Amino acid sequence: MAKILILFAHPAFERSRIHAALLKATAGLQDVTVHDLYEAYPDFDVVPKIEQKLLTEHDVIIFQHPFYWYSGPALLKQWLDLVLLHGWAYGHEGVALKGKYLMNVISTGGKEMSYSPEGHHGYPLKQFMLPFLQTATLCHMHYLPPFVVHDANELNAAQLDKYAEAYAKLLKGFQSGNIALPEAQRQHYMNALVGAPTH
Amino acid sequence: MSNESFFYQALVYLATMVVFVPLAKKLNLGSVLGYLIGGIIIGPALLGLIGHGGEDLMHFAEFGVVMMLFLIGLELEPSLLWKLRAPILGLGGLQVILTAVLIAGLSFLLGMSINEALILGMILSLSSTAIVLQILGEKGQMGSAAGQSTFSVLLFQDIAVIPMLAIFPLLAPEGAGVAHSESTSLIQNQPAWAKTLIVLGAVSALGIGGRFVVKPILHIVARTRLRELFTASALLLVVGIAVLMTLVGLSPALGAFLGGVVLANSEYRHELESDIEPFKGLLLGLFFIGVGASIDFRLVLAEPLLVLGLVLGVMLVKFVVLLGLGRLFRLSGDQNLLFAFALPQVGEFAFVLFSFALQSALLPQRIVGLMMAVVALSMALTPLLLLAHEKWIQPNFGCGAKNPEREPDKIDEKNPVIIAGFDHFGTIVGRFLRASGVRSTVLDLDSDRVDLLRRMGLKVHYGDAARMDMLQSAGAMQAKLIVIAMETPEKNLEVVDAVKKHFPHLQMLVRATENADAFDLMNSGVLHIYRETVDTSLRMASDALEMLGHRAYQSQRAARMFRRFDEQSLKGMAAYRDDKQYVNVVKERIDELQKLIQSDSYTNLLVRDAGWDKENAEERT
Repeated sequence: MAKILILFAHPAFERSRIHAALLKATAGLQDVTVHDLYEAYPDFDVVPKIEQKLLTEHDVIIFQHPFYWYSGPALLKQWLDLVLLHGWAYGHEGVALKGKYLMNVISTGGKEMSYSPEGHHGYPLKQFMLPFLQTATLCHMHYLPPFVVHDANELNAAQLDKYAEAYAKLLKGFQSGNIALPEAQRQHYMNALVGAPTH
Repeated sequence: MSNESFFYQALVYLATMVVFVPLAKKLNLGSVLGYLIGGIIIGPALLGLIGHGGEDLMHFAEFGVVMMLFLIGLELEPSLLWKLRAPILGLGGLQVILTAVLIAGLSFLLGMSINEALILGMILSLSSTAIVLQILGEKGQMGSAAGQSTFSVLLFQDIAVIPMLAIFPLLAPEGAGVAHSESTSLIQNQPAWAKTLIVLGAVSALGIGGRFVVKPILHIVARTRLRELFTASALLLVVGIAVLMTLVGLSPALGAFLGGVVLANSEYRHELESDIEPFKGLLLGLFFIGVGASIDFRLVLAEPLLVLGLVLGVMLVKFVVLLGLGRLFRLSGDQNLLFAFALPQVGEFAFVLFSFALQSALLPQRIVGLMMAVVALSMALTPLLLLAHEKWIQPNFGCGAKNPEREPDKIDEKNPVIIAGFDHFGTIVGRFLRASGVRSTVLDLDSDRVDLLRRMGLKVHYGDAARMDMLQSAGAMQAKLIVIAMETPEKNLEVVDAVKKHFPHLQMLVRATENADAFDLMNSGVLHIYRETVDTSLRMASDALEMLGHRAYQSQRAARMFRRFDEQSLKGMAAYRDDKQYVNVVKERIDELQKLIQSDSYTNLLVRDAGWDKENAEERT
């Protein structure tokens, strides 16, 4: 049974539709820990000891956040800076995270089309995930393709429900082993594996 | 002069106060001396503006003493009183007994009968609560070791008046019909055990009544929101206690004191204090004027040497006893001197007791007349004596007038930070800096605290940071910054001025109690001002938001934003602050608060961060 840690970073969660629905879908799932970073560290004083202990206790680490300026919100970056220390997460003796899986679950206002050479954002979305990918690699972790909610501002309730259902299915799949992680790595988005829509 | 109407009298007394007290203050003589001199001048001896009304006035104005003891009681928590039990009973008891015995012995040798001598001894052993506490309070000496001892002795004397009144009739020469001062006391004719019971009953009634009757009544009165009604209730309370005590034959002053102690823990303490305070001040002022006016200069001039000799003799005996007791009770040299200089006069109770003794034919008329003059003169001499002590004797001890108890410490540290003032505020700054590996030199004015912290291994130095030499020896030349966290805004400003004048290179971080102090500090050019409660109350407020379900991050941002706005509007207000000097501090605070609230123009601090909302997204694309 894979244990899952959701590191949730949203500076304005009180106004979020997408992430409220996604998190609601995780409620009641066994062996899923949701860690709300903006609630835990409103002053940005991330405590590395606590975070490292959480990381070692879980097998799949998920960064769930809105896609701000082609990356995560500021506190997520602060978290990376303070927690993934040399000698612990990377470097010769830094093997604490070895073999774990890392994945981003993100929402973005842009449609998938806008993330292309012809589109508004100029590049495929996955290309913007490069810093996360290489972070995982440096920490001896396997980086999984992201689960993406595109066109976040335009989704109707029914569409949103579908995303939420798919998200729950994804997490259950990790745990039961129905989703083979090495295989999943070859996907474009995780969305396809669990029948989530892409817009 | 024949016009003895109320207004005429009020005019004379009030004018005396307004003219002489500021004059005396200007000459650094203290208010008590001002009242006394005023009394002498308007009295029958000089201007004769008041006739022999002086003594009547004093009977009325003695009520000021009752009020003063009520106020003192309010300041004293019962636990503190319990701590003082040893000095009250030991020091006070010994002072009364020794002085009474010595004076009685001397009087006996001078040819008085043994009973008369004893009565005289007892009466003269008392000192003046009114004068001494007023002066020590003005000099800020109440908290010192000498102040505490003085207070203990005075308290015991107040208690001692009761048994004295009980003993006097027993000392009456046989055959002399003791004239009961009728109707003053219910229990005059009761047997001893009943008296004791009634007295105990009255005192416990005071304790229980204070807690279970007075507090609820005050609560109801406070809710009517009529200020004058609360003042009336406060006065009623004190008058009521005085009447009750007189009924059972106790000293009203002592009763008022106990009543004060009972209410010391109540939420109305400050209300009561500020309501009673002006009445107390006025009545005590009247009382001192009365003392001045009642000095019978004809008698003094008729036998100047005798009167002078008696005054000096009585005061010398009392002085020597006090000095000896002070040593016995381990007062240090200069504190002991202050203690002995404070209490050698005879007190206001002597007037009461002498007239009682005269009525009861316990003492002959001539002696009473003479002694009344002696008492008044000894009271009038007290402020002068204390003044002389402060000017000429005290400077020979320790470091001078400001810190009589202790010399400032010699400091051999040179640290980048100086912390001036180390109460709960400064302590946190100091602890934090220490924990961060920054060394600081700490100066504090509370010698007890300094000793305590030193015993705990902290390097804290005793000394006044407003003094240039003290700052110098604390290493102000080498230091980079000074944290000014004294206990009062005035003291903070003093230190700021000293630093600006002598060590302008030092960066100042200054504590402010409230907005008014912050303005004063801004006016003195201080850049880094820290209002005591702002951060804490905002932390509380943002926690409240969180408990209401708001996200921690937004709540804390809102609090920080609020603080920035608040500081901005404060700066704005400082720039346009009214030049008019507010007479009423409360009014000033309300006006300022009003302006601040008006400047809270934002409607909701939990603002939306623009940029990631649907509307903004649409705008962009």
